[in-house]
Amino acid sequence: MTFSELTVSNLKQSPPESLKGKIDWSRMDEAENFAKTVKLYRQGKYDDDSFRRFRLQHGAYGTRMTSDYAMVRIKVPAGEIYPYQLEKISQLSEQFSIGSAHFSTRENIQLHWVILEDVSEIFRGLAEVGLTSREACGNSVRNVMCSPLSGVCDKEEFDATPYALATAKFFLRNPMAQSLPRKFKFNFTCCEEHGMVRMVDVGLIPQIRTIDGTEQRGFKIFLGGGLGNRSFVGHQLEDFTPEEDLLYTSIAVMRIFDRMGDRKNLARNRMRYLVNDMGWENFKNLVMKERAIVRATQSVVTQLDIDKSPNEIKRPIRISDEGGTSTPDGYARWLKTNTIIQKQSEYRSVFITLEAGDITSNQLKSLANIIQSFSSEGKARNGFVQNIAIRYVHEDDLPALYSELLKVGLAKTGSLTMTSPIGCSGTTSCNLALTNSHRLAKEIQRKFLELKLDEDDDLRDSSIKISGCPNSCGQHGIATIGFFGGGARIGKDMYANYQMLLGGRSDGDTRLGDTCLRVPAKRVIPVILKIIEVFKENKKENDTLKTWIHRVVNNSDDSKIQSIKDIQKLLEPVIVPPTKDDDPDFYLDYGSDSSYHTKTGRGECAA
Amino acid sequence: MCCLTSPKITSDVDSVRSEVRDNSITLIDVRREDDYKKEHIPNSINLPLAKLLADDSPENVQKLIQSLGIGDETRVVIYDDTFGALSSRVAWTMEYLGHSDVSLLETTFSNWKTLGLETDTTIPNIQNKIHSVKLQPEILATSDYLESAKSRDDVLLIDNRERLNYLEQHIPGAISLPYRTLASNDKILRPKEDMKRLLDNRGISGNSEIITYCGSVGTLSGLAYYALKSAGLPNAKLYVRSFKEWKNLQKPTAKQEDANYWDLSAE
Repeated sequence: MTFSELTVSNLKQSPPESLKGKIDWSRMDEAENFAKTVKLYRQGKYDDDSFRRFRLQHGAYGTRMTSDYAMVRIKVPAGEIYPYQLEKISQLSEQFSIGSAHFSTRENIQLHWVILEDVSEIFRGLAEVGLTSREACGNSVRNVMCSPLSGVCDKEEFDATPYALATAKFFLRNPMAQSLPRKFKFNFTCCEEHGMVRMVDVGLIPQIRTIDGTEQRGFKIFLGGGLGNRSFVGHQLEDFTPEEDLLYTSIAVMRIFDRMGDRKNLARNRMRYLVNDMGWENFKNLVMKERAIVRATQSVVTQLDIDKSPNEIKRPIRISDEGGTSTPDGYARWLKTNTIIQKQSEYRSVFITLEAGDITSNQLKSLANIIQSFSSEGKARNGFVQNIAIRYVHEDDLPALYSELLKVGLAKTGSLTMTSPIGCSGTTSCNLALTNSHRLAKEIQRKFLELKLDEDDDLRDSSIKISGCPNSCGQHGIATIGFFGGGARIGKDMYANYQMLLGGRSDGDTRLGDTCLRVPAKRVIPVILKIIEVFKENKKENDTLKTWIHRVVNNSDDSKIQSIKDIQKLLEPVIVPPTKDDDPDFYLDYGSDSSYHTKTGRGECAA
Repeated sequence: MCCLTSPKITSDVDSVRSEVRDNSITLIDVRREDDYKKEHIPNSINLPLAKLLADDSPENVQKLIQSLGIGDETRVVIYDDTFGALSSRVAWTMEYLGHSDVSLLETTFSNWKTLGLETDTTIPNIQNKIHSVKLQPEILATSDYLESAKSRDDVLLIDNRERLNYLEQHIPGAISLPYRTLASNDKILRPKEDMKRLLDNRGISGNSEIITYCGSVGTLSGLAYYALKSAGLPNAKLYVRSFKEWKNLQKPTAKQEDANYWDLSAE
């Protein structure tokens, strides 16, 4: 007899279980409700505007030039993602999207080109693994971000992750956050250097203060910043906000925004415009008063539900090999440009280089296995720059991890350097886009890795960020070298053209980049290379591109390059448009073989 | 045709194991001959899809299955290692010939092995049988048929290729239902209720005539053909020559304009 009498259920062995998230963000009934509402909408029982509000509230965003498709934005609060969740997203991307998923700049994972009628099926799948896209779009509290280094950063005072998670939990589906004048964003970070706290509605840096000999936890809170058609840098509310005031402050700020924010003018209704119109001092005073009211009128003391139980750190694998085999090619370069030493001795955080945030479903599946085998915390963190970090990797396991990543095409170098540009989705799926910023980011990355620019220490702390329109989803305003897309014309011929900004940054010295000049899409790479060349000629010892550009934009450099105008002059010869006969390719945007023209649809939110 | 008497669409692993054991079914492995020789489910016989596709005229298919010892009354179960798409194409071909008792193994050969189930290298002896030909033209769509049918309100056309291929080029009026959508975690087809809900959301329900197609030879769309039947939608047809023929005949195609969706792919 060749067959055993045992049935499958007797034979089946269960594979090792993925660590499960502590918070279930999902609700299965929202999937059913969404499916029902789509049907009613198709039957004409909902008007376009009400349906759009409903769709956005559930995290399904519109798609370029069509109403048949949506983009589903999966929220990953504090960026914490578990292997079983990545596996599910892999499956969903194969079934309902384009076989790839996309890591965003706000720690979301997006599935594009999903048929509207399939969105509810994605919700079901997400609910199976405790994830939601609820309030990932629309006028609500968007994904609450936290630094991918929170908990491991050697410059942080304490780990803000539990506070980020608690904030996300408090506001998700909270009636007070369902119909704000516009979207509302929280960013928690670890320290000044790794944060994005001044470029968001509410930014928070953890801080410890000693009062009468006892240590007290709290935050430095920044309000009213944000990137967009007009960008603003946020203001610090007070020296120190104790942790018990965190929720009261958040509620107070949201109540003021809810009451006073502009609900009419779509282009000016983020909170930063309110702060700007009112003036910071006035806004600050209002927040203080409102906070006192919020505190005094709570019938019970309301506090965030902070889960301070520590993560279990357990090394999942042991290297059987005691040396002898050589480390794979490229390991040293990867180690240098993709990993960060943690404050916990013997551990590193490993950042995965993606191309403008894109990853295939197969890679996602492999990544899930890799996280399970190599991360001693059993989960990963979505990052701020369309990437993902595997943390708590033991030093001894790094070569083996590198080999595994190599096998699945995820070992590209340069993730922590200028060679990993951000590119918003651009004309690949966004209604507002004027250029293919997404592909441009990929082209730059491929070229710069080929030139090994990731190994250049002078370029390491600089950044390139590209948006396909002025709305800043690609965060061009805070890049060392930023670009936003538009069109230009010579006679009847159009070409994709980017406005270039220099000197933006998002750290403790946050500032927005200054406009330099317009660069045709097909000249962006030569222009950046030219800037690097000029920098190398004029740099001082210990200068990085970032520090040098910072001096130039502040007119404080004493070399022959003293202002942004001087850079502009040197670049002008590079950007002269050729005739169409000489170089027809110049008139095509990246990824396109037909002549360039600008075409946009209606925007729904700028992220 | 009454649904109560029609055979099941998929066969579950445990019943296949017991039915092979007592010789009440013939199990066909449609993978390549080399793969089959290396390892297969015990007692299964080999009919590589390529061999069938080399000439899938009814006369040749009749000869082929007779030589595999399949008679009119033989109960047949088919498996592959390609999400059920290759076995679907073979099953559909047999059905077209008039062999009604054919079903798909609910899972793939890889998953069979993952489950730790038996495999073998022995090749069973086969004795020829006689098989009649009773063509079932109602399950076939030709390009001419499709061209005239697709303008009818009660006809749905489904494209089972991947989403990017669909966006790039498809038969006008087709709706996109990528083959991956049809499977569940370890089964080639979703459970019936699940499948019904998914199709119902997409407006694929009721008594519409549904025509499926894919890239070239009707494998992925063959799987969709069985997916529709599994959801209780009996009126399905396979456009077996699919998009390859449609393009060769230079018939009209449509595409999603004004978006660089390929650049969003990480391939």
